[in-house]
Amino acid sequence: MTDTIPPTERLAARLRELYQRYGFKQYRVSKFEEYDLYARNKRFLASPHILTFSDTNGRLMALKPDITLSIINNTRDDDRTRKVWYTENVYRVPRGGGGFQEIMQAGLEMLGTVDLYAMGEVLMLAARSLEAVSPRYVLELSHMGVLTGVLDCLAAPAGAAEAILAAFEAKNAHDLASVCAGAGVDGADAALLERLCRLSGPARPAVEELLSLPLPPAARQAAAELDQLTGLLELFGPCNASVDLSLINDTDYYNGLLFRGYVDGVAAPVLTGGRYDSLIHRMGKRGGAIGFAVYLNELERFLTQPADRDVDTLLVYEPGDDPAAVIAAVQAEVAQGRTVRTQLAGRTAVTYGRCIRPDGREAT
Amino acid sequence: MEMLNIALPKGRLGEKVYDLFRAAGYDCPALLEPNRKLIFENEAAGVRYFWAKPSDVAIYVERGSADIGVAGKDILMEYTPDVYELLDLGLGKCRMCVAGFAGFRDDGARTLRVATKFPNITRDYYAAQSRPIDIIRLNGSIELAPIVGLSDVIVDIVETGKTLLENGLAPLAEVAPISARLIANKARFKFVGGRIDTLCRRVAAIREQEHGK
Repeated sequence: MTDTIPPTERLAARLRELYQRYGFKQYRVSKFEEYDLYARNKRFLASPHILTFSDTNGRLMALKPDITLSIINNTRDDDRTRKVWYTENVYRVPRGGGGFQEIMQAGLEMLGTVDLYAMGEVLMLAARSLEAVSPRYVLELSHMGVLTGVLDCLAAPAGAAEAILAAFEAKNAHDLASVCAGAGVDGADAALLERLCRLSGPARPAVEELLSLPLPPAARQAAAELDQLTGLLELFGPCNASVDLSLINDTDYYNGLLFRGYVDGVAAPVLTGGRYDSLIHRMGKRGGAIGFAVYLNELERFLTQPADRDVDTLLVYEPGDDPAAVIAAVQAEVAQGRTVRTQLAGRTAVTYGRCIRPDGREAT
Repeated sequence: MEMLNIALPKGRLGEKVYDLFRAAGYDCPALLEPNRKLIFENEAAGVRYFWAKPSDVAIYVERGSADIGVAGKDILMEYTPDVYELLDLGLGKCRMCVAGFAGFRDDGARTLRVATKFPNITRDYYAAQSRPIDIIRLNGSIELAPIVGLSDVIVDIVETGKTLLENGLAPLAEVAPISARLIANKARFKFVGGRIDTLCRRVAAIREQEHGK
């Protein structure tokens, strides 16, 4: 039977059902937002390009390049904790350029009081979201607090921090060592940074290795949180979780837990998320926040098999054929779960599985 | 066993890299046969090699068509692909330099005209010095630009400095040391990271042996 629902839409429906089952409410946003919101937080966006237009009242508006900023902006700053999910289109220039694209994104956000259990639940939902795509997935965890805890204790000049972060993120141990040496970083601290940037693998052993390292107190506290979260995830059930501390992000927006999801067969992350308390504080709101987005556009190719035909059956009739016979033949095909296209005899613009006449005989 | 896809840069550097990989146990004899094939496999060793234009290797790796590859640091600095940079192979060593007439003095009074194949590296280098520049993007024969007055200086790769010398030019400042780097696709690393780690360890061990000779 031919399935007419695009796979990404079917996946979006599964994710919606999953998020609702855990009490997250749908959040609907308009396609537009004032440009100023994005101009103030450009570095938070995946791409700096924003599609703008002037509204009828002269205000500069933007087609949404991001949903998280809108949700924070439109959420009242009170003591209530909100759990929301969304499936929306965003407008941005993908990495590699090529102009603006409409990108379908699903995700969830939790704003308010974010405790350990809440973080574990969001991680579990991220893992289940990936599982809905493929059993061959990896949910990669990291914690900004580990690296910032180590960097805060280094006697490195401010200018060196950027080069250290760039080398760390690329697991580039050789350049990391030379940047550290050039910046006068102590040999033991440089060796610790190198081990941290290489540290990756299944969550439990990786966390144990992390805890065995000589971490400064702030970094140790972050490592302990990662340990607790790994334990919580295990309680939720089997999960392909791994730890990779080279996963870092902008500290002006993100703090604490960070995570990314990968599916075997897709060459880019299909899910990204983390704690972004720093962002909501920058936007003048209180409390904590955690969330993630699933990039349905990255999954389109993976989920969609190229169709070998437009229709299952092409039903060809002649001008003199009895309409009742044509209708009966069409209904018989539809009842069998097949797609059918009818047309008068002649050349066709579609590809088809088989071609029949109203009496059921194969036509040529 | 799933094959490990490796993109090698076409040319002398690629052949040296292959020698290193072969010594590390990732042999693929068909690779050196004189023919026009682009892809070569050794199922027993679990590797599939392919030759790519050196500047394209990072694209194949970033997009996941290759699990790993070898690219020059110049390409990685210029295009900043989102990949892991796991090993400095120490091959193809050279320098990214500012070069110009030997006695050239930049007094900062005028916008500096810089000819280069590497506009992003050039922009970052001069931005860090708050020096206004006019970038002239060229595709080859960069040394010609200052000679015919197209630019004041160039930013380019200097290996021996012979071409510069023969044209009355000289390196004026080093932008960065360059060498070949082993890079890996981040997503593929999550699924075949163990095998990539093993390959890196073996290749690094061979490099150390060669260094020790």
